[in-house]
Amino acid sequence: MSFGIANIIFLAALIIAIAIFAKNAGKIRRNIMLGKDVNRSDRKGERWKNMGLVAFGQSKMVKRPIAGFFHILIYVGFVLINIEVLEILIDGVFGTHRVLASPLGAVYTTAINFFEVLAVLVIVACVVFLWRRNVQRLPRFHKDEMKGWPTKDGNYILIIEIVLMFALLLMNASEANMEAAVAGPYLVSQHLASFFSGMSQEGLHTAERVFWWAHILGILAFLNYLPFSKHFHIILAFPNTWYANLNPKGKFDNNETVTREVKMMMDPSADPYAAPAEGQAEPERFGAKDVMDLDWVNIMNAYACTECGRCTAECPANQTGKKLSPRKIMMDVRDRADIVGANIDANKGTFKDDGKSLLDDHISREELWACTTCNACVEACPVQIDPLNIIMKMRQYMVMEESSAAQELNLMMTNVENNGAPWQFAQADRDNWASEL
Amino acid sequence: MSQQSIPSMADMMAQGKQPEVLFWVGCAGSFDDRAKKITKAFARILLQAGVNVAILGKEESCTGDPAKRAGNEFLFQMQAMTNIEVLNGYEIKKIVTTCPHCFNTLKNEYPALGGNYEVMHHTQYLKELLESGKLKIEGGKLKGKRITFHDPCYLGRANGEYEAPRKLIETIEAEFVEMRRCKSKGLCCGAGGAQMFKEPEKGNKDINIERTEEALETQPEIIAAACPFCNTMMSDGVKNKEKEGSIKVLDLAELVEMAGDLSS
Repeated sequence: MSFGIANIIFLAALIIAIAIFAKNAGKIRRNIMLGKDVNRSDRKGERWKNMGLVAFGQSKMVKRPIAGFFHILIYVGFVLINIEVLEILIDGVFGTHRVLASPLGAVYTTAINFFEVLAVLVIVACVVFLWRRNVQRLPRFHKDEMKGWPTKDGNYILIIEIVLMFALLLMNASEANMEAAVAGPYLVSQHLASFFSGMSQEGLHTAERVFWWAHILGILAFLNYLPFSKHFHIILAFPNTWYANLNPKGKFDNNETVTREVKMMMDPSADPYAAPAEGQAEPERFGAKDVMDLDWVNIMNAYACTECGRCTAECPANQTGKKLSPRKIMMDVRDRADIVGANIDANKGTFKDDGKSLLDDHISREELWACTTCNACVEACPVQIDPLNIIMKMRQYMVMEESSAAQELNLMMTNVENNGAPWQFAQADRDNWASEL
Repeated sequence: MSQQSIPSMADMMAQGKQPEVLFWVGCAGSFDDRAKKITKAFARILLQAGVNVAILGKEESCTGDPAKRAGNEFLFQMQAMTNIEVLNGYEIKKIVTTCPHCFNTLKNEYPALGGNYEVMHHTQYLKELLESGKLKIEGGKLKGKRITFHDPCYLGRANGEYEAPRKLIETIEAEFVEMRRCKSKGLCCGAGGAQMFKEPEKGNKDINIERTEEALETQPEIIAAACPFCNTMMSDGVKNKEKEGSIKVLDLAELVEMAGDLSS
């Protein structure tokens, strides 16, 4: 083979695919940065270790052993088989054919044999996953929020992966009968070679090219599918675990604006009429009504979610028929961030108020008030997404900006304020029990 | 049992004394009739073990946990800062509490507001007393009793403490049986996040019923709890199933005391 028109087409396809992907990934980055700043760059050593364990090591994924096992097959297959894409890229650009075959010799054949085995395992895992979703119909894949696109998305990803793996195997299989084959036959594809046994050398060559192109164009197309799919998790799972909350799950952040105000209230020497300090911005909204009120980690969490539904399956509210589904909270944040991002694109870089918000237009109050803050969803997430943090911020908005909590909760809060207890008991009676020892 | 009483910090201060640990009672432990029994059981154990302990008494106030979880950060921080002033005024170093919600808030959310204490849940403290030999259980009255344990979210998932309560059950030589969902996968009782103080949202079941059914599957004689709110929720669940005659919901402090003949 030599350099020719095919290489120019290849190079063009490669550049266009990468450029479009970069543009769309950039939009997701921009949407993530709609959120407020939060410092998650401390404790770097722990963060690398956490990412190594949870994302690379899949430590939380295997908590459900069946899904965990098959997911590892696809994950390892994806990472390792992509080494072969390196060779495809070199061949595609320079017009070579299996450029690594002769320098690597026997190692090459071993490597390809290994990739073929992985490809078969990936196909098996994808079939198992399709089975679980569509035949076995595991309940967590069929909750309300999964209707329509999310269900299709899940199936498309699995089907595309099967097709890509077959392209790889058939490419090798067609080459197995070629007299000019530079290496092989290989472990798995030699058994598929009989499909091509009647073909001429010319025909085999064409078939090999067709599968070669199908494989690489398929990969480039799949790359560009990612930004529109839950499958973007293959990228964001890593930063998502790096920036994860490393504190005990029970530790909720203390709002610093509130701290300043409370300190001022409790300081007898503070001047309540003092003008705000020079350069102090407009007091920000307490809690979150829309995605811009969240922090960027919350929004990154939403784009890292692959809708597996382990959070929802563990949620006590969801299990007892309440509307709350932590997965839906994450999907709503992502959908709203997409809408806000598209709004910004359509309005030359600034957000034009569309009269809508994350609260009410996407997430209902009924969902938010059903949460017991038990952290089961946070614990369950294989990539350490924190739906509870978002729920709490939205509760803060409802209570501190709107005073719209339920009557009983307002009563509880009045009691805390007046009696130092959530019930209407006199503080003076607090130690009555001590005389009954 | 001991006839001693538990002093307040104000009394201690007046005598120029400092306790080794402050018992933070919490609102449920102070006012709720059921939870008061847990408070008293734990106080009796402390006194029996000769622990130099005090309470804040009338100076204690809600940690602010239910306000914070309901979304009222303002009220939470008001409560926290008032409590921190009191605690720091008494130079408190170590706190033990029978409520996982108080435990979590004092331990995790007070430091950033100026309240730095060593905070222990009473199951951890009891485990330590037993391990150090300050407390011995000799009666074995609960030996062989079939007991299951409900993990409180704010002790377990929130703070990673699963072992201390289980160690106590082991110590009283009960026949321990885990529920299907336990430890990090433990199902909430339904009270957390200020749910205790409101009606649940519309659904097809109450969470405490779901959890009680799971507990009943283990055919226990006793459901052990380690949180006054879980205790209420599970007790209500057992009543709902009309099993209150045969199954008791008891706190680990009560179980340790009941196990019998505590000595120091």
